Amino acid sequence: MTDAHFAVAASAAPAAAAASATGARPKMAARNLDFYYNGFHALKSVNFEIAEKRVTALIGPSGCGKSTLLRVFNRIYSIYPKLEAKGEVLLDGDNILDPRFPLNRLRSKVGMVFQKPVPFPMSIYDNIAYGIRHYEKLPKSAMDVRVEQALTQGALWGEVKDKLKQSALGLSGGQQQRLCIARAIALRPEVILLDEPTSALDPIATGKIEQLISELKNDFTIAIVTHNMQQAARCSDYTAFMYLGELVEFGETETLFTKPTKTQTEDYITGRFG
Amino acid sequence: MNASTHAVSDRLYRNRRIKNAIALGLSGLATLFGLFWLVWILWTTLRTGLAAMKPSLFTQMTPPPGSDGGLANALFGSAIMSVGAILIGTPIGVAAGTYLAEYARKHPIGEVIRFVNDILLSAPSIVLGLFVYTLVVRTSGHFSGYAGALSLALIVLPVVVRTTDEMLQLVPSTMREAALSLGVPQWKVTMQVLYRSALPGIVTGVLLALARISGETAPLLFTALNNQYWTHDLSQPMASVPVVIFQYAMSPYDSWHALAWAGAFVVTLFVLLLSLLSRAILLRNKASHD
Amino acid sequence: MAANSSAITPTITAAIVDADRRNARDARADGAFRWIVTAAGIFVLLALAGAALSMLWGGREAFSTFGLGFLFSTEWDAVNHHFGALVPIYGTLVTALIAMIIAVPVSFGIALFLTEVAPNWMRGPVGAAIELLAGIPSIIYGMWGLFVFVPLMGEYVSPWLNDHIGALPLIGPLFTGPPLGIGMLTAGIVLAIMVIPFISSVMREVFLTVPTRLKESAYALGSTTTEVVWDIVLPYTRSAVIGGIFLGLGRALGETMAVTFVLGNAHQLTASLLMPGNSIAATIANEFTEADSDIYRSSLIALGFLLFIVTFFVLAAAKLMLRRLSRQEGAK
Repeated sequence: MTDAHFAVAASAAPAAAAASATGARPKMAARNLDFYYNGFHALKSVNFEIAEKRVTALIGPSGCGKSTLLRVFNRIYSIYPKLEAKGEVLLDGDNILDPRFPLNRLRSKVGMVFQKPVPFPMSIYDNIAYGIRHYEKLPKSAMDVRVEQALTQGALWGEVKDKLKQSALGLSGGQQQRLCIARAIALRPEVILLDEPTSALDPIATGKIEQLISELKNDFTIAIVTHNMQQAARCSDYTAFMYLGELVEFGETETLFTKPTKTQTEDYITGRFG
Repeated sequence: MNASTHAVSDRLYRNRRIKNAIALGLSGLATLFGLFWLVWILWTTLRTGLAAMKPSLFTQMTPPPGSDGGLANALFGSAIMSVGAILIGTPIGVAAGTYLAEYARKHPIGEVIRFVNDILLSAPSIVLGLFVYTLVVRTSGHFSGYAGALSLALIVLPVVVRTTDEMLQLVPSTMREAALSLGVPQWKVTMQVLYRSALPGIVTGVLLALARISGETAPLLFTALNNQYWTHDLSQPMASVPVVIFQYAMSPYDSWHALAWAGAFVVTLFVLLLSLLSRAILLRNKASHD
Repeated sequence: MAANSSAITPTITAAIVDADRRNARDARADGAFRWIVTAAGIFVLLALAGAALSMLWGGREAFSTFGLGFLFSTEWDAVNHHFGALVPIYGTLVTALIAMIIAVPVSFGIALFLTEVAPNWMRGPVGAAIELLAGIPSIIYGMWGLFVFVPLMGEYVSPWLNDHIGALPLIGPLFTGPPLGIGMLTAGIVLAIMVIPFISSVMREVFLTVPTRLKESAYALGSTTTEVVWDIVLPYTRSAVIGGIFLGLGRALGETMAVTFVLGNAHQLTASLLMPGNSIAATIANEFTEADSDIYRSSLIALGFLLFIVTFFVLAAAKLMLRRLSRQEGAK
């Protein structure tokens, strides 16, 4: 076992050890995180971190808790009743599960993109400007610049620059998903959470999104949940394998896929279950 | 298997087929029966009403017995009270529907309100008229357009509550999550994203409510009462097309009967147009979603 | 939790909490919005409760003066201030019953036709036409009933009934009477025409919820359409079908205008369906603005209260039975 690669024991994981899971500085980290759905124990004492300006992938069979874990990082779960997270989730050292942590601040720093593209029922321009308007009062010219920036970063500007005023519902599925990424980027977040962002897309659109992810990691910290192991292998620096609500193994992607330390991980990545 | 069992099963099969044919034939007859009345009623209304149509219908006031006139004051009264009812009923209905869909979707209180709303939706309209009578007319001491508009608003309310609730529930939860994950507060997400997404459905609901109240008579009889003259003062008794139709149709005068048919024609046409319009909106919306 | 976490974690930076004023503003606005929509939701409850209570209040004079006798007295005497509800109650029940006897089988037939029998191209337009019938204001039914249907009843139907059924034992008296045209039978028929679209569209929707695989497996065994409907569709949807019927019954009991025109406004209790009568809603509609004494008005409001209570229970039963099916749907 090298420094950069270790397996988190299910029970105890000292913060110091977790910090060394990845070579890079952890931007966000979960410490002894438990999660309950109507009393169902969905995450069991998970210790996990998202390295700054890297791509961290979460894999595992469906129902393993990988999406649940991702949804804790910007507290989007909290819009539903009867869901409860216990433990700590740190963003730059501050516990975001603390009820005093301002939701506004959290969500503007930690953006999220969902499985199915969900453009708002408004124009392409307004889709991007919508979030910005909530935080900043910008004159039209400055807003135009921000929208163009976001769409450019989202690799969509070239395709939509002539139809910014048209409804976003008219875009193709892949374009809609890039629009959703651009919409998240427009708030200038520090972390972007991607919840199976390509599962509803065709291979070509998926390729574009993956390419976009590798470009975005220069500026953003990214966590991606995927059911597609090849995708995790292609675009992530670190990978965590989850099973039945526990984080089984976490380390550098290459190592995890070539030399897994746990038999469960090996069984999963070789396709023996899941 | 021998020949006789064959014969039995053949006969059994034939009997089943005959029974089936008779039943299916009866179902077709039932449908024809339903359509027959539709055509008859519409035909009578359109033919008799069209014959009674004349330009003065829209310019002259409702006449005293035996003389000639129009329905101008009644049309105006109906329009203003219907608009008033929509203006009162829609915001409250949309807000209550929002509560049901966004804050109490599976909550027991939400279930109770939904249940009560469904009952309000089918409650006899004359009962709502009595309610507003005791609430407004009795306490203020006189019949008024306000009371009429309020009693119609009580009919608009449950229709709008129900459509808003249903339409918001159809908005995918990922839409809420996507908007909330931008850090936008829930009230803004609801007003700016969810309503926009549910708008065609809510508009359809309001149109259907308008169609329903534009022919409503019973709740107006003892709230707005009637008024032989033109008034735009809502604190006065006010004429409405349905109440005038009722009064004139029950009278012994032919000229009043003709006016009643003309009013019936206008109301029916309006209601049919509204229901076609709301259907068209729904269809277009469906097409853009597929 | 706070105790053990403080050991490893820095608590959140105080500056973060103070700095974000927008967050507090948003939270306040969210709270206000939630409060407003909740109030609107409660308003719906209050509307129904208010309707019930205001009528109970308005009818208190009648209830206290006549007591339970109000329900069983046939007297309706505005001059001597004696009021009893039996005639309107009887009329309401009888007209609604006639309406249901006609409307239920017809509606069932229409729903069956539109879901199982009609070719696909026909289902949409015919279904829409039937629903159009549901949208026509009830006053149009009333007028049509008065001017078109009543003369036909008086001229052809009543005499025929008198001649052919009036002489029969037992049911004969129901169909004996002068050929007035107006009366309970006419009102019941007009009501039936009115509620057919309601009941049939509920039944149609209910039938459409039956899973195709259920029906297909029955057809695969060689069942005829009738057998599939009888053995598969009806058992599956039974409670909802009854719910739809009750929904129609609720409409029929409370309908005012369609009945008022053709019922005759006569306070008399007769066995004959060809005689004029009265219903609760028609009595209120006809007499309320003419009521010249408090006890008269109070008696009419008390009638309204009775109507409200009856329709409330009928509609509540309808909703509960319809809900059972949707729960079944949800459980799948």
